[in-house]
Parts: sequence; C-alpha cells; structure tokens
Amino acid sequence: MSKQPAHNHVVLEARSVTKHFPVRRTGRDLLAGRRRTVHAVDDVSLELRRGTVTALVGESGSGKSTVARLLAQLYPLTGGEIRLDGTAVKAGRGRSFRAYVRRVQIVFQDPFASLNPVHTVRYHLTRALRIHGRAGSGEAELEERLTALLERVQLTPPQQYLDKFPHELSGGQRQRVAIARALGADPQVLLADEPVSMLDVSIRLGVLNLLKDLKDRLRLAILYITHDIASARYFADTTLVMYAGRIVEGGDSETVTQHPAHPYTQLLIASAPDPDRVVAETEQEETGSGEPPSLIAPPAGCRFHPRCPKALERCRTEPPPRFDLEDGQWAACWLYADGGADRATGRGDDGADHTQKEAAK
Amino acid sequence: MSEPVLTVRGLNVDYGTGDDAVHALRDIDLTLHRGEVLGLAGESGSGKSTLAYAVTRLLSPPGVITGGEVHYHRRDGGALDLLALSAAGLRAFRWQELSIVFQGAMNSLNPVHTVHSQLTDVLRAHRPGMKRSERTARARELLALVGISADRLSAYPHQLSGGMRQRVMIAMALALEPEIVIMDEPTTALDVVMQRQILSQLVRLREELGFSVVFITHDISLLIEFSDRIAIMYGGRIVEEARAAAIYRDPHHPYSDGLLHSFPALHGARRELTGIPGSPPHLSAMPAGCAFHPRCGKALDACAGHVPVLAAPDGDASRTVACWLHRPAPATAAPRP
Repeated sequence: MSKQPAHNHVVLEARSVTKHFPVRRTGRDLLAGRRRTVHAVDDVSLELRRGTVTALVGESGSGKSTVARLLAQLYPLTGGEIRLDGTAVKAGRGRSFRAYVRRVQIVFQDPFASLNPVHTVRYHLTRALRIHGRAGSGEAELEERLTALLERVQLTPPQQYLDKFPHELSGGQRQRVAIARALGADPQVLLADEPVSMLDVSIRLGVLNLLKDLKDRLRLAILYITHDIASARYFADTTLVMYAGRIVEGGDSETVTQHPAHPYTQLLIASAPDPDRVVAETEQEETGSGEPPSLIAPPAGCRFHPRCPKALERCRTEPPPRFDLEDGQWAACWLYADGGADRATGRGDDGADHTQKEAAK
Repeated sequence: MSEPVLTVRGLNVDYGTGDDAVHALRDIDLTLHRGEVLGLAGESGSGKSTLAYAVTRLLSPPGVITGGEVHYHRRDGGALDLLALSAAGLRAFRWQELSIVFQGAMNSLNPVHTVHSQLTDVLRAHRPGMKRSERTARARELLALVGISADRLSAYPHQLSGGMRQRVMIAMALALEPEIVIMDEPTTALDVVMQRQILSQLVRLREELGFSVVFITHDISLLIEFSDRIAIMYGGRIVEEARAAAIYRDPHHPYSDGLLHSFPALHGARRELTGIPGSPPHLSAMPAGCAFHPRCGKALDACAGHVPVLAAPDGDASRTVACWLHRPAPATAAPRP
C-alpha cells in the first residue's frame, strides 16, 4: 500500500454475504420440480479492522466456518459482496486468486491435516515464500526469511525446527508452523478457523497469546472463529454471535459477554461451563432448550424463535433487522424494536446477578 | 463418605512389551464411591482413556495390564476381582454392573439398525426371560428418561441429531441400571447448549437412580461444575485428587493450577493468562522424576530425580497430591530408586 492507513481502518468487509449450497436432488424433488438448498450463510455483514481481532462465535453448523471460507474466496458467493480495502473483489482462480490470498490468509482448525506429512517445515515455509514472491534472491536471504518467520511464531531456536517433519512436532508447534506459513505471504488479514480447538488445553493459550502478539506487532486484522465464547472475551476486541446462518448480535467483546442482548447469546453464555456457578451455589433457571433448526428449511422470521423463551408474535413472521443499542452493541431481535433497550433483560438481571456473585466470593 | 464401589490399586498399563514398552499408566490408585461423580481430567496422552479401558478390560493389544488390582464392590458387600474375570463373567458384568459411553459415542450407533433394535438388543442379551413387549416398553421408558419422545424408537441413527444420538447412547448405558457409568468425553463433539442439557439430565438421573459416574474430560471447568471429586492425571499418573471445590479454590499441584488458569473466564476481571509453557511429554520419552518438572515453574532440585508419591498433604486427609512442594523433599544427591 502506498499511503499510511488510518488507525483501525477496515481492511476486509463482507456486505450481505449469502451462501446457499445445493442439496442433491432426489427423485421426489425432480418430480416436484424442487431445488432445495442449505442456507448456510444468510445476509452476513462484517468488518475486519486493522490491528483488531474480531471473534465469530457460534455452535457447530451455524455457518461460521463457511463465512471464513467465503472471506478466503474458497467458495463463490451466492449473494452479496466482499470488499478488500474498499473495492469489491471477486477472485476467480489463478492470478487474481493469488493476488487475493497474498493479502488474506487462512489458518485451519486441524494442524495435523493442514501440513503435508511427507514434507519438512522448511519445505512448507519456502513454498509459501516462493509463491508469494518473498523468498528473496539467493540461499542466504531465503534462510534469513525462514528464520525470521519461525522466530515470529516463537519456535526458537529456528534451526532446531526447520528440518523437522510435522509428526516430530507437537500439536501446538504444528499450529505455529501453520501460522508461520500464513505469515509467509505477509498478509493484512488472517482468518483463523478454530485455531486452538484441536490443541491440548494447556497449550491453547500459548497459541492465542501468539496471535494477539502478531495482531499488535504486525497490525493484522484477525477473524477468530470459535465456539468458545469465553475465549472470545479473552482474545477478541469485537465479538459477533452467529446462529443458524445469521449474525444475531455484535459489539465490543466485553459488552457482548457481560450484557448479552439477544436471547440466543444469553442461552450460550448461560450454557458455558462456569466453575463459579457451583461455588456460588446459585439455582440456575431454565434458559431454553432445543436444537438448532435445519438449514434446508429454516424457520420463517427470526431463526431462533422456536427455541426462544421470549418470542413475540412478530418473531414468527418477520426476520428482525439490526437494532442498535448502547456502546456500539447491536442485536437482531424484535425485543429491541422501538428503542426498547430498557427491556434488555441481559443488562438488568444478569448484571445484578454477577454483582451478587462477586460479593459472595 | 459412602462406601466404595470400585477400587483401583497400583494399576500399571503398558503399550507393547519388552524394552519397547511404553508405560501408559503407572501406579494408579483410585476409589469411586457409591453415588458420586468422579471427574478425571487431563490432556490427551495423560492416560485417562487408557484407565477407563483398563478398568473395563476393554484394552486391546498392544495394551497390557502389567500389574495392580481392580475390585468391584457389590451392594451386599461381596467384592469382584475384575482383572481375574473370565470371558463369560465379563460379559455378564459389563452393562449389568458397569457401562461405558465412549468418546464420540454419537458415531458408535450402528447406522443400519433402528434405535429400537439397538436399545432392545442389550435387554435381549442380558435379560433372556424378558418378553418382546416388555423390552419395547423398557426401551420407551429409557428414551423418556433422556428426554426423547418414544416415537423416535423406529428412527435410524442418521435421522437423529448429534445430541439425540448421544442421549440414546446414555439411555443404552442405563438400560440395565448399572452401578457404574463411565463417560469418556461424552459431550466433546457437542456444542455447549446441548452439553449442558445432557449433563444436567445425567446429574438428575444420578440422583434418581443412584449410580456412580466416572466422568472423563479435558475441560476442567466443566468438571468443577458437575463432579463431586476430581482426579487430575498427567503423564500416566494421578497427580492430584480432591473435592471439586477444593481443587478450584486451592489447587495444590502446579499442574492443576496451570490447568485451571488455561481457561479464560467468562465473568470477573479480565486477566492475562499464560497457559502452561512447553508441551505435554510423549509417553515414550517421559522425563525422569516428576513428569511435570520440565514445565513446572516451582520445580525443586528433587523433582528431576525422584517421583513424588501420591499422598495426603500435611494436615489434610481429605485430598491427595503427588508433589514435592507438599512434603519433605528427599536429599537431592540420592540416586533415583
């Protein structure tokens, strides 16, 4: 880039992105002339800003990984657009795709599957550097860059790791190599699809802290996809909550986790394991139950309404738009229509609840 | 504390034999009391699943039990040596007295049989006197127990969601009203909402039916919430065992402490977390002395040379810990026994 970008400027943006996957047609579908699709992602808009981590939280099947793959241009869009630095991009294959991935890199969930078992760390990293034209000229320069990459992901001393095969590394080290490979392109955006969920619990934080460090030092825009809302609170600046293919709530991580507005976020937070709950011996209320809907025929209106304890008549028919609340928080929920932010049960009840808990401790 | 229902003494399990053998479990001492939920926490490779397999005699080669005792205590006071049971004895014992819900249990249902035939199969094998209609009635009852409507009996596994399949597995494990249910990461593949539903249901069932649960998971915050006592494993040994609240409030072993600080909290102050430096040891290259000492911030000289024994720390008989910080360390110059 030629100009120095403004603080926190939006690098990558999704506008009303939609992805439907076709379902294999059965004989009955053919006769009925039906074409069924899985509504994996519907009308998702999000912004990734330079030097910030945005978390996308949702249960399995909510479409959060599909969002990452759409942003990485691994799938064509059904609708909407993806804008990189303010210009809409539609990378096909070949040259334009390479130019795109040079700036937007992805780290996958499973470092056991994303590294080739028959090649060394050196091969993986050299290839990333060569493809993106950053290998420099000559052996010495390449070696220097490889060392720098490994040092950046805290695999030190680098010489000890360069000629290792993936099976000789632990899960955490493998994931670090995968991150180093992504950094080989010198990207502006890093899409991390559940980067720590396959790792041993004691080393997860090490990898998260590494990503945090990279965000600060390289001013990366990071999309952190996770099912663990507590880790989103710990690691991300902004948190978006996704349910059945739609984003239902967004805002500052602390606000979203401490004062969840959408009933689904409230359910998610009430369900997360919390040791304090036992210690404080609080009787937990019934927060709702049921399972996520089928995405082939998603419920009309708000997709959460069949499970929602606070569903209104309107929720069954009209999909809720975004309603802005305080502090940049927003929720796609009819409870907040006509400025009814005071009806935000999350703020009233939950807040009081936690102060009590704190007092009990 | 109530009477014990399962006691494990000095259990050792190797993978492979001879010099190449890898010691997966070493000197495990564990007691499960009647009606309690015992949590077993540890990272992958710490031996927690191996322990479950060894106790149920499901360990397949190259796994070998090289020593120790496992006793099951009946309600009438008789004890049963599990390691000496014959094949027929084992067949009668499993499911009847002890059942197990495996990791990824939702994939352990047979895809070509209906839920009905899989649930009644257990009854057919263990209760030969039962009539067909009675078996069906029992299957309905079991589904109701785990909150699935009885019309799902004729469904095939693929017609059920992951959470429902998991609950069918739990129903099957409870079919013969066993005394012990071992759950090996029962909810790892499910999302948190479903996880909480299943576990709350299980805790409720435990109160109704009075069985004991061994609950194996890597998620210690979940264990603290749902179990009565917790045993923490590292490198094939139990390093600490105490009541859940005691582990949470005051972990004695540095590894337990590190594990507790590896999970970001949802409430309370936001603090910088570090996790535990390094990575878990490989079983074939276990450090000498305390297996945790290379990653431990509080390691003493003695830790590298002497394996700490699991014993009660000074002045507290309700818990045990295997760490030199909590008992007089041996002279450092002494050779390793």
